[in-house]
Amino acid sequence: MIEIVIAVLVLLGGFFCFVAGLGVLRLPDVLIRMHASTKAGTLGSGLILAGVAVHFGDTATITRAVATILFLLITAPVAAHMIGRASFRSGETLWQTKIDDAAERSLKR
Amino acid sequence: MDILQTAVNVSFVMVVVGVAFAFVRLIKGPSLPNRVVALDMMNVLIVSFCGLYAIRAGDAAFVDVAIVLALVGFLATVALARFVERRVTRNARTGDDRGEGPR
Repeated sequence: MIEIVIAVLVLLGGFFCFVAGLGVLRLPDVLIRMHASTKAGTLGSGLILAGVAVHFGDTATITRAVATILFLLITAPVAAHMIGRASFRSGETLWQTKIDDAAERSLKR
Repeated sequence: MDILQTAVNVSFVMVVVGVAFAFVRLIKGPSLPNRVVALDMMNVLIVSFCGLYAIRAGDAAFVDVAIVLALVGFLATVALARFVERRVTRNARTGDDRGEGPR
């Protein structure tokens, strides 16, 4: 019974990792690619590490797996914010979108 | 056939295909921020690879590898993002739009 739970967690995590890779390869501009790559960090790694915690089931491993999940959840927004700001300031061309001139002037890239 | 072993093997295949797609984006990526996004995602995918390998090997020590990889990968991503920003300000100061660095 518990094997089925672990198998479902691991398969869902692997599926989200695959979807994230597909999105990073196929989507049209850098911000939309970041939207896809977030799925690998939160859902993919989170579900697989939850599967690891269920599989081993002792306190030390559960603590380490939960610590890794929490660390990924905390650092992913910070890293995404920094990459997004850097790509905006380096004048990355966007897909079918134009930033208003006023916004461009006030933000000064 | 063991259901858990099969699930772990299928998940291994999907994670590695994700890493391969990200690597194609790393090579193709038309600009530096695209490459940073691809590298960041490859790092996170290898964290989940370590989790899968911990289940497969039956050894909880690989969870430690995952923790360390997540820590170091966050620092690498922040450093690369700072590098992209610094390159922009440096090129603006020297009046060069494109710069000589990798595009």
